[in-house]
Amino acid sequence: MGATLDEKLKAKLRILADAAKYDASCASSGAPKRSGGMTGLGSTTGAGICHAYTPDGRCVSLLKILLTNYCLFDCAYCVNRRSSNVRRARFTVDEVVKLTIEFYKRNYIEGLFLSSGIIRSPDHTMEEMMRVAKALRRDHGFAGYIHLKTIPEASPWLIEQAGLWADRLSINLELPSQRSLKRLAPEKDGTTIRTAMGQMRERIAEAREEKRRFSPAGQSTQVIVGADDTTDEAVLQSSAGLYERYDLKRVYYSAFSPIPEPSRVLPVKPPPMQRESRLYQADWLLRHYGFTVAEIAAGGEGGMLDLGIDPKLAWALKNRDRFPVDVNTGERELLLRVPGLGARAVDRIIQARRHRRLRLEDVARLSSGLRRARPFLIAADHRPVRLTDRLDLRRLVTSPVPQQMSLFA
Amino acid sequence: MTGHRVQLDEGADPSGFRLAVRRLLAAAVPPDEVAWTIGRGSDLFGSDLPEEAPPVPLPRALHQLVEPVVCHSDPERYALLYTLTWRVRHGEPALLQDPSDPLVHRLERMRKAIRRDVHKMHAFLRFRRTEDPNGAERFVAWFEPEHHILDAAAPFFVDRFRSMAWSILTPSGSRHWDGRSLLRGPPATRADAPEGDAFEAGWRGYYESVFNPARVNPGVMRGEMPKKYWRNMPEAQAIPHLIRSAPARVRDMLEQEAAMPAKRNPDKAVASMFDQEPRTLEELNRIIAASEPLVPGATRAVLGEGPIGAAIALVGEQPGDQEDLQGHPFVGPAGQLLDQVMTEAAVDRGRVYITNAVKHFKFEQRGKRRIHQKPTAGEVKHYRWWLMRELDFVRPELTVALGVTALLALAGKALPIGKNRGEMMFEDRPGFVTVHPSYLLRLPDEAAKRQAYDAYLADFRRMRRMVERIEAASA
Repeated sequence: MGATLDEKLKAKLRILADAAKYDASCASSGAPKRSGGMTGLGSTTGAGICHAYTPDGRCVSLLKILLTNYCLFDCAYCVNRRSSNVRRARFTVDEVVKLTIEFYKRNYIEGLFLSSGIIRSPDHTMEEMMRVAKALRRDHGFAGYIHLKTIPEASPWLIEQAGLWADRLSINLELPSQRSLKRLAPEKDGTTIRTAMGQMRERIAEAREEKRRFSPAGQSTQVIVGADDTTDEAVLQSSAGLYERYDLKRVYYSAFSPIPEPSRVLPVKPPPMQRESRLYQADWLLRHYGFTVAEIAAGGEGGMLDLGIDPKLAWALKNRDRFPVDVNTGERELLLRVPGLGARAVDRIIQARRHRRLRLEDVARLSSGLRRARPFLIAADHRPVRLTDRLDLRRLVTSPVPQQMSLFA
Repeated sequence: MTGHRVQLDEGADPSGFRLAVRRLLAAAVPPDEVAWTIGRGSDLFGSDLPEEAPPVPLPRALHQLVEPVVCHSDPERYALLYTLTWRVRHGEPALLQDPSDPLVHRLERMRKAIRRDVHKMHAFLRFRRTEDPNGAERFVAWFEPEHHILDAAAPFFVDRFRSMAWSILTPSGSRHWDGRSLLRGPPATRADAPEGDAFEAGWRGYYESVFNPARVNPGVMRGEMPKKYWRNMPEAQAIPHLIRSAPARVRDMLEQEAAMPAKRNPDKAVASMFDQEPRTLEELNRIIAASEPLVPGATRAVLGEGPIGAAIALVGEQPGDQEDLQGHPFVGPAGQLLDQVMTEAAVDRGRVYITNAVKHFKFEQRGKRRIHQKPTAGEVKHYRWWLMRELDFVRPELTVALGVTALLALAGKALPIGKNRGEMMFEDRPGFVTVHPSYLLRLPDEAAKRQAYDAYLADFRRMRRMVERIEAASA
């Protein structure tokens, strides 16, 4: 293994990293804790580490690259579609292995995220990706994180083998509806994708039952938002279905982003970035706070989330009769619905109130979101009976911090 | 105020602090009578405290707080911890369970700051490769933590880079790993660390390429990666330029007209891409032979044997030791028994296809012996894809499950042999269920063997008649 990186490989790396950056899934968490031991290299801690942040606010956790950006598919939203004129490049299996190992040794990354354009055939492409993971694990004793983006059209036995070496396998749904898929990704087939997800779920469950290693960190998917006219409600509906039917660990939302060499069927303007983060917030409410899609959607208008405020606050403003909730007596489920109070803050409130009657300043020490929570809470020294009826409540909780609040900062 | 002065070591001094707490508590010194200072050597001044004091029983949660908080750079850390200890010992045993108490809250925040600093060290430390005169490689990093966390952060690097030789240099000390033990070293300066690394330019290129100029949001970046860490991160040098050039890059992208693709329409390539299914049994067998075994132990795939259009396809469990060595199915004792029963039942051996549900020998090595391991349901299901394709190519008139594993593979679910012995449809394939020949070999006494053999013979005679019926019907 050479100790240098030649110019050709450097240039390829730029092209194939650039080509992979629109894939939102980059988490390195969820793998079982392990270490490469005396002769191997690497470890996973369960939580994952972000090794750097770029000026777009996203983290660099994994070496996220494509094996190649040649592709036979022609998906409109994708910079690598066959009709795009971007520069093309292709890594060999050994080159990806070398980059992963050498970057890892310098503590730049947690592991590898490998995706690929489809060349020759889905099986050929999938096999090459599988060989990268296999070489890392078997020939280099690599114990870091490996995430492979599988090709749903590939034969099931290849995906099965990939699962032996990877921590996570994922399949991108890309577009939330069959109709959009047909229009924007003509060669992709929603049924094939869902069948592959179903098979993946089954294999993961079986392997877990048999204590066998197969994609131990589960499966995830990515949905591109804003390239078609699907509403937020429909996107979330689709996600709720995915969580339920395929036991997905995460659905990643990627706001359609302007790309060089855009296709003509795409909207000229990208959707606001805020849409993506509102969807993540809503997704979180769906998975951890007991909200339904209908409740979340009711906080917005016409199936779209309110871009100005987070979905929990939006829901609370439309359900003022449910508030205020007493921090000293309210049930956990009700406290979880208070804007500004996260699950951890709620647990701490419940722990602390066994010892004292909580005043507002106590709550401020337990939660960083008191400013938003305040109008919706009753505390020992605080009873906002009229506050939640005020028409300007929305402005009140979203405007810049009033002076007197700095006491609690 | 009588006044006691406690002097602790620079950095984190958990043992000095623990000793001082014992002695202070033994003499019942309240917190406001202690002045904590940091310097060389741990000592107590201006006092008549006992030299030795017994350990004090304290709640576990308190120990768990002391350990990280002593790493904090706040000079007040020991005073705060002692106040907390005092209160816990004097009437507030459950103090730590109230996160809303101002002192608990403050110490919790200090603990959080330590956790964060350790995490940032794990994330933002960068190794550079060096070579000693003998050519042995060592990876060296320079890092400036905010708190005294070197010892708290080091185990992570030992665990992750155990097989590498490495050094971590900081202004307050250094740690050196040689593959076996972690050595403590003196404080270092930035000049002691290597200047650069051959992979840094490539890494910076990667970092620049993953940045999406259409999403520029430096506030979030700075929140997660504060500027104080930047100077020791090679990729961070690219940040100012990335931010400056972002608007122009986005403008360019938005103004760019959709161009006509340079390539001709690759419809043919796309069509052929979907056509990747194996078209013959040979093609399928090539795929199976080239695939990684999905069971532990196996060395090679043992493929099915027999004619296409066979009258009967016999499906066994998996190859055994002999089959794995020779590369053919049913060549061991079980295969010989099958041959015998087929001859006696007048089943034409030349019209029988023999294969296994699982294509690889799953075994565990015990000394020189390779002990057969039963494949799990998941493993059988995986191999099922291959088995079904195989049978599609062979098109036997009758498909026979030999034993419970074959039945699982053919029926797609676990079923007992006893209740299902005899005819059965496997989806739309006419089928038959019987025992695996090795079952007969394992029977303990001759009488039972004889009886089982007769039943087995009867099964094969029934199979022969079934095939004759099927052939007559289709003739």
